[in-house]
Amino acid sequence: MSNLQTETALNIEPIKTKSDHRFLQFWRLFRRKKPAVISFYFVLFLFIMAIIGPFVTPFDAAKPDYNSVLETPSASHWFGTDEYGRDILSRIIAGARISLSVSVSAVTLGAIVGSILGLISGFFGKWVDKLIMRICDVLFAFPELILAIGIVAILGPGLNNVIIAVAFFSVPSFARIVRGATLEVKEMLFVEAEESLGASRLRIMFKHVFPETLPTIIVYYTMNVGTAILAAASLSFLGLGAEPSSPDWGAMLSVSRDYIGTAFHLVFFPGLVIFLTVLAFNLLGDGLREMLDPKMKD
Amino acid sequence: MWQYLVKRLVSLIPLLLVVSFIVFMFIHIIPGDPARLLAGKEATAEEVEMARVSLGLDKPLYEQYFIYLKDLLTGNMGYSVKSGAPVSQLIGDRIMPTLGLTFLSIIWALVVGILIGVVSAVFRNKWPDHLGMFTAVSGISLPNFWVGLVLIQLFSVQLGMFPTGGAEGWSSYIMPSFALGAGIMAMIARFTRSSLVESMKQDYIRMGRAKGLGSRQIIFGHALKNSLIPVVTVAGLQFGFLLGGSVVVETVFSFPGLGTLLIDSIQFRDYPVVQAEILLFACQFIVVNMIIDVVYSYLNPKIRYE
Repeated sequence: MSNLQTETALNIEPIKTKSDHRFLQFWRLFRRKKPAVISFYFVLFLFIMAIIGPFVTPFDAAKPDYNSVLETPSASHWFGTDEYGRDILSRIIAGARISLSVSVSAVTLGAIVGSILGLISGFFGKWVDKLIMRICDVLFAFPELILAIGIVAILGPGLNNVIIAVAFFSVPSFARIVRGATLEVKEMLFVEAEESLGASRLRIMFKHVFPETLPTIIVYYTMNVGTAILAAASLSFLGLGAEPSSPDWGAMLSVSRDYIGTAFHLVFFPGLVIFLTVLAFNLLGDGLREMLDPKMKD
Repeated sequence: MWQYLVKRLVSLIPLLLVVSFIVFMFIHIIPGDPARLLAGKEATAEEVEMARVSLGLDKPLYEQYFIYLKDLLTGNMGYSVKSGAPVSQLIGDRIMPTLGLTFLSIIWALVVGILIGVVSAVFRNKWPDHLGMFTAVSGISLPNFWVGLVLIQLFSVQLGMFPTGGAEGWSSYIMPSFALGAGIMAMIARFTRSSLVESMKQDYIRMGRAKGLGSRQIIFGHALKNSLIPVVTVAGLQFGFLLGGSVVVETVFSFPGLGTLLIDSIQFRDYPVVQAEILLFACQFIVVNMIIDVVYSYLNPKIRYE
C-alpha cells in the first residue's frame, strides 16, 4: 500500500513541476519583452475598467450638466466636457466596457467558428478541406470593412449586428491559420501513434491536435482584438454601430466631428484611447508571437 | 507565363460568379419585400407592383439571377431609389476621385514604408530600428478617421494650409491620402524590414561582401531587390484594407467618392446603389489580387510551376 502511494506520488509530481516550470519559464521570458509587458498591464487595466468602470467614474457618464458645456481640460475635468457638459474621462471609462465587450465577443465568435472550420479542414482534408477553403476564398474576396458594412446594411445598425459583422470577417482568417497549424501537427509522430493505438479521429482532433494549434490561435486572437476594436469604432463612427448618444469611443468621435475647430479635446481624447488600446493589443500580440510561434517571428 | 496568366484568369470566373450571386442575394436577404426595397420607402402599392414586374422580381430566383448577370454585363446596374438616376452613372461620377485617392495613398505608403523598412533593417536592433518599428506598429494601430480629424484640426483649422474637405484641386487629396495610407505604410515598413533582414542572411550577400562590395551596393543592388517580392504581395493584400478605409476617410473629409456614396446610400436605404457598390469593391479587390499574383509569379518563377 505504502509502496503504491509512493509510486502515485512519484507519478504525479514530475508532471506538476514540469507544467509549473513551463509557465514560469514562459513568464520569465515574456518579462524581458518590455513593450509587451507594459501592453499586458495596460490591457489588464482596461479590462478592470470595463468591469468596475461605471462605479469609479469621477462623474456620471450619461447625465448632462448644462453649466459646464464644452469645457476644455481642467483639474476637475481632466479630458474636458462634451456638448452636454458630460465629463469626457468618465465617458471614456464607461465606454471601455462597450468597446472591449463588442470586440472581444466578435473575435471570440469568429475564433470559435473559424478554428473549428480550420481544424476540420486541415484534419479531414479532401473534399471537406476544399469546400471550406473555397468558402473562405469567397469571404476573402470582400474587403473586411466592406463585408462588415454590407452585413450591417442587411441586419440594420446596432452593436449586436456589429459583433456579427466583425465576427464574420474574422472567420476565414482563423480558419486558414488553424488549418495551416493543423496540417503541420497532423504530420507529427504522436498523432500517428494515437491512430495506431485506435483512438477515434474526433478524439485525436480535439484532444491532441487542437491543443497544439492553441499557441497560434492565442497569438492571432490577441492581434485580432485590436483590429476588431478599430473596425467596430469605424462602424460606429460611420453611424452604423453604437447609438450616437452612447459613450462608445467610435460614436463619441462621430459626434465630435461637428466640434472640430471649436472644441478639439472632444476629438482628441476618445481617438487617443482607441489608438492606445489597439496599440497595446498589437504589441502584446507581437510579444506573444515571438514567444509562442517562433516561425512567425520577423 | 501566358499559360499561367490564362489559368489565373479562368480560375477567376467561378469566384466572380459566386461573389455576384452573394451580392445578388443581398436584396433578398434583407428582411422585407425586395420590390418595396427597390421601389423606395415612399412608393405606393401600385408602384411597388410595377417595380416587381419591371425588375422581374415575380420570376423564379434563378431566372432573376440570370437577368441580373446579363444586365451587369451590359453595364446596367439598376436605378437609384433616391435620385432615379442609373446606378452606373452615379458610380461613374464618383469613381475617379476614389481611384485617385487610393492610388496616391498606396504610392506614398510604398515609398515611405520601404524607406523605413530599409533603415530599420540596416540599423537592426539599434535606435533607428526601434524608432522605425515603433512608428510602424503605431501606424497599424491608428484609427484612420482620428488621423483625418487631427489633420483637419492642425492643417486646416490652425494653419489653414489645406481645405477641410471636398475634392477640388490636388491640395484636397493630401490629407485624406495621408490618413488612408498610414496603416499600409506601417505594414509595408514591417514587411520590408523582416524580408530584408532575411535576405541579408543569404549566401549571395556574404559572397558580395567577400568580393568587396560596399554596403550600399549590397543593400540596394542585391538584397532589396529580392526582399521586395513579399512586399509586393503584402501591398496587394492590404489593398482591401485601403478600399474599406476609403469609406471611413472619405466620410471624415466629405470627399465625393465611392465611400461617401456607399454610406449615404445605406442611410437612405438606396439598396440598388449599395448592392452595386459592394460588388464593385469586391471586384476591384479580386482583380488587384490577381494582378499581384501575376506580378509575383513573374518575379518568382517558382510559383508558376507549382
